[in-house]
Amino acid sequence: MSHYMVEADDLQYSYPDGTEALGGISFLIARGESVALVGENGAGKSTLLQHFTGCLFPSGGLLKIAGLPVDRQNLSAVRRSVGMVFQNPDDQLFMPTVFEDVAFGLLNLGVPEAELEGKVMAALETVGAAHLRGRPPYRLSQGEKRTTAIAGVLAMSPDILVMDEPTSSLDPMSRRRLIALLKTFRHTKIIATHDLDFALETCQRTIVIHRGKVTADSSTAEVFRNAELLRRSSLEAPASILQRPCCGGAV
Amino acid sequence: MTIGRNLVDIGYMDTLASGDSPLHRLDARAKIFTTFLLIIAVVSFDKYVVSALAPFFLYPVFLVVVGGLPSGYIARKVLLVAPFAVLVGVFNPFLDRQVLFHLGAAGVTGGWVSFASILARFALTVSAALALFSITGINSLCEALARSGVPRPFVVQLLFLNRYLFVLTGEAERISRARALRSCGGTKMGLRVFTQIVGHLLLRTLDRAERVYRAMRCRGFDGHIRIVKSSGIGRPEIVFMLGWAVLFAIFRFVNVSLVLGEAVEGFIR
Repeated sequence: MSHYMVEADDLQYSYPDGTEALGGISFLIARGESVALVGENGAGKSTLLQHFTGCLFPSGGLLKIAGLPVDRQNLSAVRRSVGMVFQNPDDQLFMPTVFEDVAFGLLNLGVPEAELEGKVMAALETVGAAHLRGRPPYRLSQGEKRTTAIAGVLAMSPDILVMDEPTSSLDPMSRRRLIALLKTFRHTKIIATHDLDFALETCQRTIVIHRGKVTADSSTAEVFRNAELLRRSSLEAPASILQRPCCGGAV
Repeated sequence: MTIGRNLVDIGYMDTLASGDSPLHRLDARAKIFTTFLLIIAVVSFDKYVVSALAPFFLYPVFLVVVGGLPSGYIARKVLLVAPFAVLVGVFNPFLDRQVLFHLGAAGVTGGWVSFASILARFALTVSAALALFSITGINSLCEALARSGVPRPFVVQLLFLNRYLFVLTGEAERISRARALRSCGGTKMGLRVFTQIVGHLLLRTLDRAERVYRAMRCRGFDGHIRIVKSSGIGRPEIVFMLGWAVLFAIFRFVNVSLVLGEAVEGFIR
């Protein structure tokens, strides 16, 4: 069995209208790696993430999660391995209380009722949201929603944590808390983001996707120092690398 | 009331349901069964019965008081749907003109009595149902229905309907705000704009529902909603159900209002 958690080999995907979203992507991600997926809007990041959870299947090539090809036969096993945190937490939180929402995935996994309370509270405590257990999700702040969504995924003990734009609509303090939280996780992490400063702090490795193809796959610092690559990929080096004051403040 | 406030209002019932009172802790099946008994007892009366219905108000009042529910909120909700009951019975006074009794010199016809009876039954059943919903919550209600043998597809549809309601009102709120911000203070909405907004609303809601469904699938949803189960039927539930069943039986077969009225009259004399 391969020791890679994710193996993409010439992964291709075209939408039903014929639009090519992924044009032959190949990479390997080892256990415990933190990888940022960056690229301009429409580059194919979200399409790729949907393959990790089996929401989409490759039109060509191969994608393996924990050694299993992502196909209909392995869907259940793949979804047990991958925990996906969606861009908009409102899409993810739908039960009447935070506790019930975190318990949703566990119940689907067949966790006995006797163990439920402990597992839910452990996940909530990990993200620092135990005090929210009885609150209705729609009344939470954006940061609280995000941490609750992460708790719902963490409770299922996935091997791989996949996050789509985790810092979108977070205030600076919530963003900082999220960075601190992610640094404590030992999971394999794949994070699609436009927030390159965030990627720099949380991911050792970065894959740049441009028009459905991998244009760079290297250490995050190295990728973000390559001005020409970033320009070609419609990206901008993070403020911390540019040593440029952000919004008039000190670096 | 704005769409946003309506959204919060829908969610408020869930907030109430997450409270902690002896009634909240009861198994949902006991509460559903008792409320169902009340409804059967209330609708089984003759159409001209009004005074005998009065003691049944004890049940919703009990739920509101012991469950710590805001009585004004429940009353407003009952009034909100009252026009439907009025519509059902408003023609009775014109159709049934047989005089049943006299109040002083004025004759009271059967139409007015049956209209009053419809309103009383409506107030009873709706307030009891609202109180039941507010102390139990949609999830526990659905779980109880599923455990009571109601077909699963029906229960899942009910849960999704509740969730869709939030999605729909959320999207409607965003569209409505966007329109208001660009309508330069004008509040009137032309038919053309209205139909376009409704079309957009439908498409956006479908899109959103698809994302919600995808998120559910990612957390192992396979068509069966699994809900944290309540404790089960124990002594408190049996006492609750039996107590109210006995009271409903007394209220159904003895006109308590009449007996009390006669007793008070006798005491005054």
